[in-house]
Amino acid sequence: MSGLRRTPLHDAHRALGARLVAFAGFEMPVQYGSILEEHAAVRNAAGLFDVSHMGEIHVSGPGAVACVERLVTCPVATLAPGRVRYGLLCNEEGGVVDDVTVYRLAEDRLFLCVNASNIEKDYRWMVRHARPDARVEDKSDRIGLLALQGPACAAIVARVTALPLHGMKRFTFQEGLVAGATALLSRTGYTGSDGFEIYLDAADTERVFHALLDAGKPLGLRPCGLGARDTLRLEAALPLYGHELDDTTSPLEAGLDRFVKRERGGFVGAEAIERRARAPETRRLVGFVVEGRGVARAEYPILHGGVRVGVVTSGAPSPTLGKAIGLGYVPPALAAPGTAIDIEVRERPLAARVVETPFWKKSA
Amino acid sequence: MADYEIPSELRFTREDEWCRVEGKRVVVGVTDYAQQQLGDIVFVELPAVGATIEKGEPFGVIESVKAVSDLYAPLSGEVVEVNPALADHPEAVNEDCYADGWMIAIEASDPSEVEGLLDAAHYRRHIEERSTE
Repeated sequence: MSGLRRTPLHDAHRALGARLVAFAGFEMPVQYGSILEEHAAVRNAAGLFDVSHMGEIHVSGPGAVACVERLVTCPVATLAPGRVRYGLLCNEEGGVVDDVTVYRLAEDRLFLCVNASNIEKDYRWMVRHARPDARVEDKSDRIGLLALQGPACAAIVARVTALPLHGMKRFTFQEGLVAGATALLSRTGYTGSDGFEIYLDAADTERVFHALLDAGKPLGLRPCGLGARDTLRLEAALPLYGHELDDTTSPLEAGLDRFVKRERGGFVGAEAIERRARAPETRRLVGFVVEGRGVARAEYPILHGGVRVGVVTSGAPSPTLGKAIGLGYVPPALAAPGTAIDIEVRERPLAARVVETPFWKKSA
Repeated sequence: MADYEIPSELRFTREDEWCRVEGKRVVVGVTDYAQQQLGDIVFVELPAVGATIEKGEPFGVIESVKAVSDLYAPLSGEVVEVNPALADHPEAVNEDCYADGWMIAIEASDPSEVEGLLDAAHYRRHIEERSTE
């Protein structure tokens, strides 16, 4: 594939027989074998994902916290070093520029992990709103990122690091050596299962990838591609930018209120979000389960009483539930769990029902 | 090139369907190459018994985890049988595409259309031409 960028693991993916596809301008593995098997591996043992295509934008200097505080919907001043938060970058209309995780590295240093498809957009957005006492740097090209997800993740990482993992809470991180490489190890992920994300120097990524595969093989670890990444995050009802979120969606209509510091305000888009919150709600993101025979997919219309009332934003078979599931926008009156809706599939209605999300949760 | 099963007694279309010709009755499915390309099959939509299908036109849909693909009629005729197992076990297409994974049986309205189908050797070449490796 010409014109596409590659991660440091490109050769490793080819050697493992991965099917590579274009994604966000990168050549990425969608699957190594069976998506259903890779999905099951994460739920039952562990899976290892190359997510090096994602971006890392660093902010440093005396004004770093103030700079980021003004740009994201989550509180930053109260984010202690060693902790991570999920939040949104919003535009002046209260729409979502990107969904991100914010890492507090030190008193005056943070970074945002951003979606691969939005790296340049986010960087320009942040530079535009920067302050003279905060330096914004796109370090994406220098950083590799692996995601190790599934119940066996801690047992596997323990084999390649001396960093203490026992009691390491979700949304915290540590810096140290993983498989002999300088790393930032965070207890975060995009699957709903327990997991770690491992930030590395790009040059170390391949070696650590293989070290983890070797260490994890006896525990059932498999390499997993973007196909399984999508079915896993859908079961966890996690939004995907470009589907549930775009620059027209307000975080509130996407159900992300708890990630917006509404009382505090003071971030780009705060006034617009409040204005939109006071206006009549026009749509709300819901999860649904297909009850008829078939699969709902992104962009399929949602029907009620035979009339198009909304749209599916993501849909796929759920391997864990054994049913087709999806997320979509509907009028608020149809958002209550239990509401019967139809999905328009090839011009015919497919019965579905609104449900509480997430569709699947890991047991305590 | 990966190994693809291509039974020599069958006939094939360029859209990766196979046909087993049994006089006027023709059994249809998708090939090993097709099921490998598609990946895990999660849903198959087939016509009802009695439906008329036309050579070259879509007669159903096959869905994998990530994609929806049309199934193309290899011949014209009337659908006389539909595999009932695929409703609950679409994975049969992956596991045994030439036997348990069969899809429909047609009564061909114009048996001479069989002449236009590929034999095993030509179908193998058709796969080779499409492979990038």
